Amino acid sequence: MNAVLEERASQVCRLGEEPFAMVCNRPSLAGAVSQRACVFCGSRVVLYPIADALHLVHGPIGCAVYTWDIRGALSSGPQLHRMSFSTDLKEKDVIFGGENKLAASLDELIPQYTPKAVFVYSTCIVGLIGDDVDAVCRKAEERFGIPVIPVHSEGFKGNKRAGYSAACQALMRLVGKGSTEGIGPLSVNILGDFNLAGEIWIVRGYLEKMGIQVVANVTGDGRVEDIQRCHGARLNLVQCSGATMEFARMLQERYGIPCIRVSYLGIEDMADSLYKVADFFAAQDPSLRERTAQLVRTELEWLLPRLAELRRDLEGKRAALYVGGSFKAFSLVKAFRHLGMQSVVVGSQTGTTEEYEELAGICDPGTILVDDANPLELAAFLEEKKVDVFVGGVKERPIAYKLGIGFCDHNHERKIALEGFVGMYNFAKEVHASTMSSVWKIMPRKGYKPPFLDKEGCHV
Amino acid sequence: MSEYVSTINACKMCMPIGAALAFRGIDGCIPYIHGSQGCATYMRRYIISHFREPIDIASSSMDEKAAVHGGGPNFKKGILNVMRKYNPQLVGVATTCLTETIGEDVPRLVQEFREEFADLPLPEIVTASTPSYSGTHIDGWHAALQAVVNGVAQPVDSHGGVTLMPGFLSPADHRWFKELGARMGLALTLLPDFSDVLDGPTWETYQPLAPGGTPMEAIRRMAGACATVELGVPHRLSPAQSLEQRLGTPARFTDTPIGLRATDRFLGVLTELGGCVAPREVAARGRLLDALVDGHKYVFGKRVVVYGEEELAVGVTAFLAEMGARPVLVATGGASATLADRVRAVVDGLCPLPEVRTEADFHQIEEEANSMEPDFLVGHSKGYKLARSRGIPLIRLGFPIHDRFGGQRLLCVGYDGALELYDRIVNALLAQSQDASPVGYWYL
Ligand code: SF4
Repeated sequence: MNAVLEERASQVCRLGEEPFAMVCNRPSLAGAVSQRACVFCGSRVVLYPIADALHLVHGPIGCAVYTWDIRGALSSGPQLHRMSFSTDLKEKDVIFGGENKLAASLDELIPQYTPKAVFVYSTCIVGLIGDDVDAVCRKAEERFGIPVIPVHSEGFKGNKRAGYSAACQALMRLVGKGSTEGIGPLSVNILGDFNLAGEIWIVRGYLEKMGIQVVANVTGDGRVEDIQRCHGARLNLVQCSGATMEFARMLQERYGIPCIRVSYLGIEDMADSLYKVADFFAAQDPSLRERTAQLVRTELEWLLPRLAELRRDLEGKRAALYVGGSFKAFSLVKAFRHLGMQSVVVGSQTGTTEEYEELAGICDPGTILVDDANPLELAAFLEEKKVDVFVGGVKERPIAYKLGIGFCDHNHERKIALEGFVGMYNFAKEVHASTMSSVWKIMPRKGYKPPFLDKEGCHV
Repeated sequence: MSEYVSTINACKMCMPIGAALAFRGIDGCIPYIHGSQGCATYMRRYIISHFREPIDIASSSMDEKAAVHGGGPNFKKGILNVMRKYNPQLVGVATTCLTETIGEDVPRLVQEFREEFADLPLPEIVTASTPSYSGTHIDGWHAALQAVVNGVAQPVDSHGGVTLMPGFLSPADHRWFKELGARMGLALTLLPDFSDVLDGPTWETYQPLAPGGTPMEAIRRMAGACATVELGVPHRLSPAQSLEQRLGTPARFTDTPIGLRATDRFLGVLTELGGCVAPREVAARGRLLDALVDGHKYVFGKRVVVYGEEELAVGVTAFLAEMGARPVLVATGGASATLADRVRAVVDGLCPLPEVRTEADFHQIEEEANSMEPDFLVGHSKGYKLARSRGIPLIRLGFPIHDRFGGQRLLCVGYDGALELYDRIVNALLAQSQDASPVGYWYL
C-alpha cells in the first residue's frame, strides 16, 4: 500500500529520483492525521517562555490544559509562565459571550500575581462568539497600568505559522516602551530561542565571553522589561526563523536594527553564528574576531576527541528527522555528518519552499524530503529506508519504538540542552544511547525470535 | 474555599479527549475529531506522553473558510481519507467547541455521507456530541460509549454473556477485568477495552491501528447479555442505561472495585450474574487482608488529599479509609451532584468525613491542602507541584501520568490492585521517613 495519499504526493520528494519540486505551507488535509498543531499552538510556543508575564487562555479548558507547562523552557527567575490560567468558558458563556468572564478573570488574577504584562490568547470559539477581546484588554490595561495584550490565535484561522505571526504582533506591542539607557554598541537580542533545558544560557555565555551584551531574550527566559527596551540593541540574532523572523523584520523596519540568521545546533553552525556576530561588529572592535576564534578553538579542543569516540560506533548509521521548523533540519543534517551518519528522511511541519530548496541542496541523493507528514507516511519511510535513529517530538516517538527503532527527542519537550558545543556533545551522546542499546538486537523486526516459537505446537 | 472566576491549573480535560480514548478501546475504531487540526494533535500528544503508544486521532482539519461556511466538505473528505489509510470498522466522531458553536448537524452530515458514497464499503460511523465547554473528559468518555451502544448494538436473542463498562482506568485494570471474567467462567465483554491497544508489544511492521479492543461483533450482540454492569453511579449519559431503555438489557451499577469492600461487592454482582469466585481470588483477598494488618501502623491516621476523576477518587477514598488512613480532602475537576454522598457512604464508620470539592482546580486544592497538613497525596501527575512544595509523597494514579514510567501498567482494581496500591503507599511513607531520619536505618 502506498503510504502517501494522492493529495499529498506533491508534498513529498525523493532527491535525485525526480526533479526537485515541493509544495508546502498548505492547510493540513482532512483525515490525514497531520502531526501539526494550530494557530494557538504557534502563538503559545513563541510567547510562553516570557516568565514574568501572565498567560491567560481565553476559551474552554482543553487548550489551556494540553499546554500547561509541557515545555522545558527554563527561567532564571520568575516561574509564572509555568502556571496554567484559563477562563474555562462554559455553555452559558458561549451563549451570552465571554467578555465579562474575561474581564473578571483579569481583575482577579492581575492583583494576585502582579505580572509585568498579560497575554490573552483567544482560542477557537472566542472568534466565533465575537468577544471583543481587544476592548476588554484595553480596559484592563487602563485599570492596572500594565500591558494587557490580546493574541489572536483562534485555532482554525490558519496553521502554526499564523500563530507565530500573531505572537510577533503581540510582542511588538511591548517594544519601544522601555528606556534604552545602558545599551552599548556591541549589543544583540537573541530571537527564536526558547531556553529549552537552559540552552540560552549556553549561548549567552559564549556571547558574553566575546564581549557582546545581550539585551533581550525573545523569548526563552524572557522578561517583559527587556523586550520593552530591545529596540536599543544593534543586532538581532534570529534562530527559529519561522517563529521570530517576522518580529525581526518589524524591528528592522521600525528601528533600523539589522538581523542575521543563526543556528546554535551543531559545530559549524554554532561557530559560524559566533563568527557572523564578530564580523558584524568588526568595525567597532577589531579584536573581536580573534577573541571569537580563541573561544571556538578552546571549545573544539574539548569537544572533538569526545565526538571521535562516539563516531566510531555510529559511522554508517542512518537517521531520519522530522522537526517543527525546517531551519533546524539543516543543522541536524550537518550534525549527523559529524557523527558519520547519513540523513535519509528529512521532514518538517512548517517549512517554506526556499527552505526545502536549500535542504535539497545539502542532502544526499535518495533522501526523502517531506512536508507536513503523518504517522503512516513516517512509518513507511522509516521502514523503507531502514533507519537506525529517528529524531522528532513526542508524537513521533511511538512510531519509532513500535518498529524497534532508536528515537531522539529534539522538540520543545526536551530536557537535555542540545545547543552550543556542549549541546553537540549531548546530542551525540543521546544519538549514541538511542542507537547502540542492545535492546534493538532483540526486537522481532531485527530477526530475533525466542527459541520456543520454533518448536512444533508451541506457537503463541 | 474562595470563589474564583478563572481556572488556575485545571484538574480536568476537555470532552473530546475522553471520547477519543473511549473510541480507541474498540477494535478497528479510529477516533475522528470534527474540528480544527490543533485539538486532535494536542490530545494525541497528551495521550502519547502517558501511554507511550501510538494513537492516531483524525481530524477534519477545519480552517477559517470551513468555520464560516460549515465543515461538511472537510468532514466528508476526512472520512474518505481515513477509510483509505486506516480501513476502520468504526469511525468514532467527536465534535469540538468549534463545530458545536457553529451549529454543525453531524448526524445529518453522516447521513449525507452514507447516501453520497453508498457504492463504497463504508465503515460504521457513530457521532458523539462533545462540546468542550459542556463537561470534562469523563463526560466525553460516556458520550462516546453511549453513541457506540446506540449506533451499533442491535436487538438480538439473549446469549447469557455479561457486558462490563469498566470506566476510564488503566490498560492493566482493563486486562485484570478480562482475566477475572475468564477465571469466573463468565462470557465477559469489556466496553471499552484498551488493554492491548494502549499497552501493546512492538511490531514487525507498522500497524495503522493497534490491534485489540472490544470486537464490533460483540458490541452488535451486546443487547443479548444478561446484564450490563457499569461501574460507578449512572452518568447522565450512561451507556448501560441507554442500552436498557432502547433494547431492554438490564443495567446494573456498582462502585469501581478499588479496595476490599468495593471488590467484595463487585464480585458479589458477578456471582449473581452466574460467575463463580475462583480460589485464586479468595487467596488474593487473604493476602490483601494480611498486608493491611502488617502495614497498618505505617498508614494509621495519615492525612491524605485525593484528587482526580470522580470514580477513581471515590474508590481510592474508600480504600484509604479501610486501611486506617484519613482522607481529608477529596476533589475533582468535574461537576458532580453525587460525589459528597458517595464519599460519605464509603468512609462511614471508618473515619471522619473528608472535605469534598467538585469543579476544583489545583489552585483551590492547594489552598485547602495547605491548611490541612496532608501527609501524602493520591492522584495523577499534575499534583506534583503541590507535593513538591509541601515535601510530601505523591502516589501516582489515574491520567495523566507524565512524570513517571509505566502509568499504563498501574493496577488498582481488585484485590491484586489494592495490594499493589497499598505497597506503593506504605513504601512511599517508609522511604520518606528513612530519608528524613538522621540515623539512616536500613533495617526497618
Ligand atoms: S479548541 Fe476546544 S476542543 Fe480543541 S483543545 Fe481547545 S478546548 Fe478542547
